[in-house]
Amino acid sequence: MSEKYKETAEIIKQEKIGTGIYSMWLQTQKIAKAARPGQFISVYSKDGSRLLPRPISICEVNAENGRLRIVYRVAGKGTEEFSRYEQGDTLEILGPLGNGFPLERMEEGKKAFLIGGGIGIPPMVQLSRELKGEKQIVLGYRDELFLTEDLKRSGTVFIATEDGSCGTRGNVLDAIREHALTADVIYACGPTPMLRALKAWAEENQIECWLSMEEKMACGIGACLACVCRSKEVDEHSQVKNKRVCKEGPVFLSTEIEV
Amino acid sequence: MMLNGEAVNSNNGESKMQIRKASGYMEISTKVTIAGVELKNPVMTASGTFGSGMEYSEFVDLNRLGAVVTKGVANVPWPGNPTPRIAETCGGMMNAIGLQNPGIDTFVRRDLPFLQNYDTKVIVNVCGKSTEDYCEVVERLAEEPVDLLEINISCPNVKEGGIAFGQNPKAVEAITAEIKKRAKQPVIMKLSPNVTDITETARAAEAGGADALSLINTLTGMKIDVHRRTFALANKTGGVSGPAIKPIAVRMVYQTAQTVSLPIIGMGGVTCAQDALEFILAGATAVSVGTANFHNPMTTLEVIDGIEDYMRRYQVSDIRELIGCVK
Repeated sequence: MSEKYKETAEIIKQEKIGTGIYSMWLQTQKIAKAARPGQFISVYSKDGSRLLPRPISICEVNAENGRLRIVYRVAGKGTEEFSRYEQGDTLEILGPLGNGFPLERMEEGKKAFLIGGGIGIPPMVQLSRELKGEKQIVLGYRDELFLTEDLKRSGTVFIATEDGSCGTRGNVLDAIREHALTADVIYACGPTPMLRALKAWAEENQIECWLSMEEKMACGIGACLACVCRSKEVDEHSQVKNKRVCKEGPVFLSTEIEV
Repeated sequence: MMLNGEAVNSNNGESKMQIRKASGYMEISTKVTIAGVELKNPVMTASGTFGSGMEYSEFVDLNRLGAVVTKGVANVPWPGNPTPRIAETCGGMMNAIGLQNPGIDTFVRRDLPFLQNYDTKVIVNVCGKSTEDYCEVVERLAEEPVDLLEINISCPNVKEGGIAFGQNPKAVEAITAEIKKRAKQPVIMKLSPNVTDITETARAAEAGGADALSLINTLTGMKIDVHRRTFALANKTGGVSGPAIKPIAVRMVYQTAQTVSLPIIGMGGVTCAQDALEFILAGATAVSVGTANFHNPMTTLEVIDGIEDYMRRYQVSDIRELIGCVK
């Protein structure tokens, strides 16, 4: 279990990279150095009417200079507030949180799928930087592309769009089928219907599949039991068939959970 | 730890601290007593927001807390409600966790030994679906290192037990009496604000033999997601907490303090020392920090420091002078 830190982080750079999609680089003291691909940070609003931290996945880190990048979509008032901050502003953040993707499941000579759907794409950037072996990066968008160039630097990118404006028309599984791709390990993050479909497909094809889950959170550190997902077996901590997304997750082996 | 002075050993140690200030010494005592149990300060954690302290111990030195109040524990593991279990509201939040807990066996084996490592008081919150359930947990804790029991008869998010006991004065008195017959530790009854007159349930708990009261539990609320045209919580309703409910909580603590002679643990939207002092001045002997832990994991420590600052600023040597002094 990695150490967690509460820090005041300075914004190094913030830019809009798509409709309602923002990229923010933060200067941290310890969080960037400690972070692993697939982990997330809690970002706190400065407005007292918004008490709960927003869990946002870590897109990229530069451990050497302690910088961390988040790419997020404006989904409500909290993220709208974050999008208004500029270089030099500070934000309270807590992290790194959660377990992250298991890098050790891949090695040279093996093939992986890195599958991101919509705002589940950002964590694939750092994962693609650190993962060994052949990286097939499958990205699902509604229409507008983002982070595609960042991901092309670390693997082969396949794109699916709902409207067919780029790549395969359809979803990430349609892209995989169209290109007749195969893999030894799957790493995925995205909307629940995508994760559900991937879980079924991976289990049918007996492929090891790691899914990054999302759920409404409060504490972000495993105390409040808000963000649970259903598990196949009785969980050691909860003693019921529930696992904490923020603590035991957000990344789970597909066969351990129900999606 | 001290903000504007240097702590030195005093004759009786513990929380009586001598503060070396530029102009001499000021001794303050933040100790309070609840049902014969002395707390080093009046700041504790609100049940359900702090687990059993394990997760928060990475950010909070639990030794500094007056007490840790654990998340509710039942006789057997409870799976809780479906998700989403939580939603933000303006100045607060709603939850419908549904009292997920690992059951008393795991709690006794894992959580209590962890809390034993700290110099703080342990208050175990007990939940159940029937009087027998509550009594089973209470009896199971008789020989365990637990200082006080807090009985949750007011959770709005479970169908059986919980609030069903907490809204009816007769039921409150009856279950309090049954628990008192079996409990080895002093019993705190946690009251629901979802009643017309909280002093009625407070009086009923006192009549049943309660040693202390804690209030308020969350207020039942509802939030609707207009984009999805559905309820924000899978449970449809949930308990509202946070600063948005603080004035209601302070009012209820005041009313209850005017009505019964039991010590009161006040809670509902405490985010800073000023909030905590409002409750104390209204009649609370201690205060719990709940939702604010989610906004800032170190809130409890900031409240403790802030209370000490206030006492020095206003030359209050003993915090007990402040309890209920606004009438």
